[in-house]
Amino acid sequence: MAVKKFVTGNFYDEAVLFPAVKKVRRAGYKIHDVFTPFPIHGLDTAMGLRDTSLHTAGFVYGITGTATAVGFITWALTRDWPINFGGKPFFALPAWIPICFELTVLFAAVGMVLTFCYLCQLAPFVKKDHFNPRSTDDTFVMALECTDKTNESEAMNFLQSLGAVEVQVQYKETGWWLGRYDKDTKRFEKKEQAPEAVH
Amino acid sequence: MSFKENFIVPKRYNTVSVALMALGVIAIIALYISTHGSGGTEEEKKISDARFWGSLLQNSVYFLLVVNAAMFFICATTLAWGGWQMAFRRVPEAISAVVPVIGVITLAILLAIAFGNNHTIYHWTDTEHVKHDAILNFKKGFLNKGFFAVVSVLTVGLWSWLGWKMRKLSRSLDDNPLATREEAKKYIWNNTVWAALYLVVFALTVMSSVPWLWLMSIDAHWYSTMYSWYTFASTFVAGMALICLFVVYLKNNGYLEFTNEEHLHDIGKFMFAFSIFWTYLWFSQFMLIWYANIPEETTYFSPRAQGIYKGVFWLMFIINFIAPLLILMKRGSKRNYSTITFMSLLILFGHWLDFFQMVFPGPSPHKVPLMLYDFGVALGFVGLIMYVTGKALSKAPLLAKNHPFVKESIIHHT
Repeated sequence: MAVKKFVTGNFYDEAVLFPAVKKVRRAGYKIHDVFTPFPIHGLDTAMGLRDTSLHTAGFVYGITGTATAVGFITWALTRDWPINFGGKPFFALPAWIPICFELTVLFAAVGMVLTFCYLCQLAPFVKKDHFNPRSTDDTFVMALECTDKTNESEAMNFLQSLGAVEVQVQYKETGWWLGRYDKDTKRFEKKEQAPEAVH
Repeated sequence: MSFKENFIVPKRYNTVSVALMALGVIAIIALYISTHGSGGTEEEKKISDARFWGSLLQNSVYFLLVVNAAMFFICATTLAWGGWQMAFRRVPEAISAVVPVIGVITLAILLAIAFGNNHTIYHWTDTEHVKHDAILNFKKGFLNKGFFAVVSVLTVGLWSWLGWKMRKLSRSLDDNPLATREEAKKYIWNNTVWAALYLVVFALTVMSSVPWLWLMSIDAHWYSTMYSWYTFASTFVAGMALICLFVVYLKNNGYLEFTNEEHLHDIGKFMFAFSIFWTYLWFSQFMLIWYANIPEETTYFSPRAQGIYKGVFWLMFIINFIAPLLILMKRGSKRNYSTITFMSLLILFGHWLDFFQMVFPGPSPHKVPLMLYDFGVALGFVGLIMYVTGKALSKAPLLAKNHPFVKESIIHHT
């Protein structure tokens, strides 16, 4: 996987973060992501992220669940093994509605969880590397993705001027399992920049 | 920022509402003439008369419960300490001001039906018949004229009084803002207590006894404990739709600056969620009866789901469930003024149909009554709601600007 270069900065306050996001975008930098300990209303809009397609996926899973339930019960109770329950018709739709509902919910729920993990690049035993561990604690961490043309010291100064602290340059492996790291990495020691980084 | 604080009732608005009311009165008169003119046997005359009163009963009860749902919305959000609705809270407040007006009309209709000589709609009012009817005889502690009258009067009185109290509390801040944090806390607590009182009354009336008495007793031999919940869900969805319509109307005319798609989205969510909830209750009531297939229970559904009322029954199911499910599911449609207006109108109509099929199979089992007059009567009530709500809206500023939660509503983000 390609290793990319990022400039990261920490923000303490939403009131500083929002103008910073706007100015960074206007300056033409590419925001890789902003990592926050809790959801911030309106940040997605400010960052210009498109709406997630998770709910569309959920709808498709739900429909699949309904179709599975209706299809299977219909086949089982009208074709394969018709049984007379109290004189009801074999195709007794009202009685099946609860099962259809349950299967809809089950398919939608399980499917959406898996899709969510896929979109967030989460899976069992895959470790996520943080740009800064404080993004799970008390600060908002903004990561700018650098290209060949990015002048990183300029970018760092720019972030600092917008109110960021702990501004640093980091190298991270991108790709599908972003930031998979070696178990031997010491998480909290003062890190040198990865020397073997390829640009 | 220019700020249109007070709603000024436009001339056209008043003309339309008065015209609709006139149309309603004409429809009632026309309906009376058409149901009482023809001859026929004593029995036919009674059924014809019941058809007239049934229409009045359906429309008045439906619109009363719908406008009352506005106050339920206020009290439920107040009790939950919700702040998002503050930007447009004066709208449901104004709608709830219609409760005493339609309440009096409904009471007059209900009492006229219960104490009249025609026992076709409420056949438990026929004391001679009840003596020989084991089921009605057993129920006569609940289904009797005295109890019916007392509960009805008490219900409408309590709704009106507690609603008036809530509105008064809201308006008390307009001229004297809260000075300190302590005062604000006390104000919120005061609101909470009154809202809770209203909700208790609401639970004991709309959510339990009142639909049993007013509507379910039309099919007096049959009963369902779920009936009131189902009626409540029906009117609450319709109530949200009505609030939504007024919000969109005011917004289109340059009022309610602080209300935007975020608030509309949440109203839309209420409409969507309670449409599903309505279906859940409707289906729970239906399925158990369908499954058990006991004759005394299926008497309610056989004329509706399979008999001549089949069309109305399934049409209202499509309007009230399938349409909101598919149309309101998308985020974009809840934030779009046109879609949400269309859905509000559709839902209001759908639940009106729901009430139609609740009322008429009882008094008119052999014929689905002609519905043109019913639309006229319904439009009359719509005009009344428009007229009184418009008046109430113009009396107070559209934003309760001194309420402690206003800021929360202005920056609301869904």
